[in-house]
Amino acid sequence: MLTVILILVKGLITAVLLLSAFGLMTWVERKVLARFQFRPGPNRLGPAGVMQFVADGLKLVFKEEIIPTAADRVVYLMAPFISLTAAIVAFAVIPWGPPIHIFGQTVSMEIGGPNIGILFVFAVTSLGVYGLILGGWASANKYSLLGGLRSTAQIISYELAMGLAVTGVLLAAGSADLNTIVAKQYHLWFIVPQIVGFIIYLITMVAETNRTPFDLPEAENELVAGYHTEYTGLKWAMYMMAEYINMITVSGLATTLFLGGWHGPWLPPEIWFLIKVAAFMYFFIWLRATLPRLRYDRLMAFGWKVLLPVALLNTLATAVWVAVAR
Amino acid sequence: MLSTVVFWIAAALAVSGAIGVVATRNPVHTALSLVLTMLSLGVLFLLLHAEFLAVVEVLVYAGAVMVLFLFVVTLLMAGVKPPKEEHHLRLAYQTLIAGLFGLILFVLVLHSMTGAGWVGTLASPGAGSFGSIASFGTALFTRYLLPFELTAVVLLVAVIGVVVLGREQE
Amino acid sequence: MVPIGDYLVLSAVLFVIGGVGVLVRRNPLQMFMAVELMWNAVNLTFVAFARQYLDMAGHIFVFLVITVAAAEVAIGLAIIVMVFRKREHVDVDDLSLMKG
Repeated sequence: MLTVILILVKGLITAVLLLSAFGLMTWVERKVLARFQFRPGPNRLGPAGVMQFVADGLKLVFKEEIIPTAADRVVYLMAPFISLTAAIVAFAVIPWGPPIHIFGQTVSMEIGGPNIGILFVFAVTSLGVYGLILGGWASANKYSLLGGLRSTAQIISYELAMGLAVTGVLLAAGSADLNTIVAKQYHLWFIVPQIVGFIIYLITMVAETNRTPFDLPEAENELVAGYHTEYTGLKWAMYMMAEYINMITVSGLATTLFLGGWHGPWLPPEIWFLIKVAAFMYFFIWLRATLPRLRYDRLMAFGWKVLLPVALLNTLATAVWVAVAR
Repeated sequence: MLSTVVFWIAAALAVSGAIGVVATRNPVHTALSLVLTMLSLGVLFLLLHAEFLAVVEVLVYAGAVMVLFLFVVTLLMAGVKPPKEEHHLRLAYQTLIAGLFGLILFVLVLHSMTGAGWVGTLASPGAGSFGSIASFGTALFTRYLLPFELTAVVLLVAVIGVVVLGREQE
Repeated sequence: MVPIGDYLVLSAVLFVIGGVGVLVRRNPLQMFMAVELMWNAVNLTFVAFARQYLDMAGHIFVFLVITVAAAEVAIGLAIIVMVFRKREHVDVDDLSLMKG
């Protein structure tokens, strides 16, 4: 019974933290993008414009909800929920600190999933794809449908390379449990032996979250806005929440798999975890400010013809090395 | 206690998903009902200590195969009309006969499973590593290596077949 | 602890519902999905028996079923798309070209 209560409490704290991080991220992104472009960014509401997020949230809540007449109502209303739920649930297995001792119990800083850690994240992000394709279809709009299908095809293509890049780490660590993987990085972070895997993971991480340079399916001058064209108000906000929380989740996963999780010299481990995740988020914004967009067919060709073979070779090399070294 | 509650919830969801597969008009709703059934089965696999299979079911079946179904349904069904109500080949009282067949099949299946001797309660609690990735991998690559290699051939045949079938017919 | 019989009855129910679905449906995609449902029911039976006898063979079998089902879905959908691409109605009863 105590286990169940602990899981519920940890889940609640994680969900609240993720949603607050979303709010913070919108402000950070606008400010950093503005700085990259030599302009001030939001600076009217609150100190340095921090309250902009609150104002945006209130605006979205009070916005008029327009639902297309020909839309399939149940699926239309369900799709953003699926995206958001998958994004939040995927964070459940990422340990953001070493096990702590409360009330004489050892509580590990993740919600569950003993020995299938990484696979759980992949399974749940695969389910998040449904939010895109159903949103695109339920909007009864050709451009939404095409945008949704494009986004979905891009995500499931890059999922393969991501899985193979992570398999290299799995082989090097000998376990799929994220706690074990973090523990094995005590002496050497996995970014050093798995540098190829890390680079592949970085690229696929950006493609998985539909961020620039892989955001053709939702760019404004392409298919209007892709799968979320017909969504207004809170439902659109849910799609945005899902996107940012996905970014946080893949950053958290990158930290855990390649940058040693919560290991670090003299700061508390949770702070180290935050710093590393923040570094990845800055990387996302940096890419958005700097790189042009990839055309969709070149994007898919890159994923299948370049990343997938390289990831396969990396997995093969890691497997050979592990087999020889044991 | 908790596992009993979870079992009954997952079973109810699985059966309602199955009824949705059979009864809904819109193909997209059919696909979504099937996804619900698959997710419930994933939970049931977890209850049966099949952790790796639960993840494979959600990742491969619900996350890739059903997405493929949805691709085809949304693209193919975009311009075609649903099946005609009256068709010269349709059997009269079709639903009734199908229901009768279903009942007979159900009785037969239950009878065959009773004959296999399922005991009332589970024999022993699963040993620590039953159903984990390690034990699954050991079994797959030692005792069942040949079926695994043949599966690779099957997948290769499928990929080649799809590429050939999907070509523009000239 | 849930007795193994409950899992087997559930899988029988799912199998039968899938079987009835194959008989009643006339949209080829919906028929295919009913067949998928039957495969899933069989997977549940395999896993339940594997749990009872603590034999990994059940799990391996489910893995094979899922893999072959994925391959079959790919080819089946390609065929369905080819056949019904230029037709007005999507009805498997229209495919009775061989008479007698």
